[in-house]
Amino acid sequence: MKSISRRALITRGITTGLAATAGVSGLAVAARMAKRYGLIPPDSCGPYGPGETLTYAAQRLLTAHSMAREFPRSMISKSPFANEVAPPTDAFRRLQAGGFANWRLTVDGLVAHPTAFSLADIHALGRSSQITEVACEEGWSYIAEWIGTPLSAVLREAGLLPQARYLVYFSIDHYWWDSLDMADAHHPQTLLTWGMNDGDLPVPFGGPLRMRVPRQLGYKNIKYLVHLTATDSIKRFGKGLGSASPEGGYAWYAGI
Amino acid sequence: MSTAVQARKAAAVRHSAPVRHSGLVRITHWLTFLSFAALLITGGEIVISHPRFYWGETGNVNMRPLFVIPIPSSRDTVPTGYHYVMPDQNGWSRYLHFQSAWVLVFTALVYGIAGLLNGHFRRNLIPERGDWNWRAYWARIAQYLRRAPPSRAESASYNVLQRSAYLLVIFVLFPLIIWTGLALSPAFDSAVPAAVNLLGGRQSARTLHFFLSIALVLFLAVHVAMVALSGFRSRMRAMITGRTSTMEERP
Repeated sequence: MKSISRRALITRGITTGLAATAGVSGLAVAARMAKRYGLIPPDSCGPYGPGETLTYAAQRLLTAHSMAREFPRSMISKSPFANEVAPPTDAFRRLQAGGFANWRLTVDGLVAHPTAFSLADIHALGRSSQITEVACEEGWSYIAEWIGTPLSAVLREAGLLPQARYLVYFSIDHYWWDSLDMADAHHPQTLLTWGMNDGDLPVPFGGPLRMRVPRQLGYKNIKYLVHLTATDSIKRFGKGLGSASPEGGYAWYAGI
Repeated sequence: MSTAVQARKAAAVRHSAPVRHSGLVRITHWLTFLSFAALLITGGEIVISHPRFYWGETGNVNMRPLFVIPIPSSRDTVPTGYHYVMPDQNGWSRYLHFQSAWVLVFTALVYGIAGLLNGHFRRNLIPERGDWNWRAYWARIAQYLRRAPPSRAESASYNVLQRSAYLLVIFVLFPLIIWTGLALSPAFDSAVPAAVNLLGGRQSARTLHFFLSIALVLFLAVHVAMVALSGFRSRMRAMITGRTSTMEERP
């Protein structure tokens, strides 16, 4: 039988102990760094939290300044698919009857000047267009030209405060809501979209106002926007998971 | 001989039995199996939300598909011809799909780096010099068709067909399925546009991802069939404990 000397046993014990301590403190440091640099998504808890956190952290490091692919005009889809939407609410129908002249986008929360913007106010803040692909989590996709005002211009106008960490946005029925981190909120391709393929944004595609986040999947692109609010704590909204999507079982971060 | 002596002899034989699979190979094999099973099930769930496939950059229900899987869909916006909508399981399926993909990628990294460093690929997977010709392949295929028992050397190692199949799965199919999967991430594509452009577009990447999963399922079916034919219990024991008992080896 092989005997192990007492000294070897003690050495081995100390080595194992040191390795375990290094491992645990390494993880603790990694967790603190991740929190500091905003690498933890709101839905980081639960059985799928580890995978989701890895995905989000990796994409935040990899895609800090990357731009979604843009396509030539010839690749614009001749038959885009609008997907189904819930029947419009009475409030929506009234605004539609008035040509959306009374449509308002309320911007509040951590901003210096809470404002209710009309569509004309938003148009006046700048125009940007992009030919990008909408990709649905189901698997289908189409390319369109999206015309709108960069979200960053609206946030600048409202005086976004530096302590804001998330921008929460709501559809008119308030059933659909979502949020962006500041990296995506300030991204030059993130558009408050009001035009599509050289015309007004059609109602089935989210008109009169839709969030467009081309580096994420379709479900992040909420239709019929009426309300933006800047916050430093996403936990205060809904179940605290960042959007309606995780409450329905879907990931908050949709860049995959 | 007393039973105590017999037992000690048996134990000695067990310990001296050759290690068929190293600890690293066993652990990474089962981690790969678990993550592949999860990826396959959740991938199937995701496919039924749009069981249509396209070629090129874009594709949707208003466009002509390359082919359609004739099953009901979990979304009522897909015209399948069935008057039935399957339950939608995409939420947890997507979460689990990507989490399992991370497990697979980490496992592959550990296996790949270790395999390069410790000579596992060179020793066990690259076909032996004398087998680098079609005759060696045909000889093996003929042997399988005759259902002739393997030689002693072969039962301790892999033959040229096995080596080629494993190399194809490890160095071609798995890297390609990871690449085509990554190409479906709009954020990853913004950082590395070539990932999707080289494949011919988003829908091509999705269709290739599907075909690659079918190829891996075919491999799995043949792999399990061959394990069953060559002795399911002993092969499973070898992949779990690392050893085959000498009693079961062919003379």
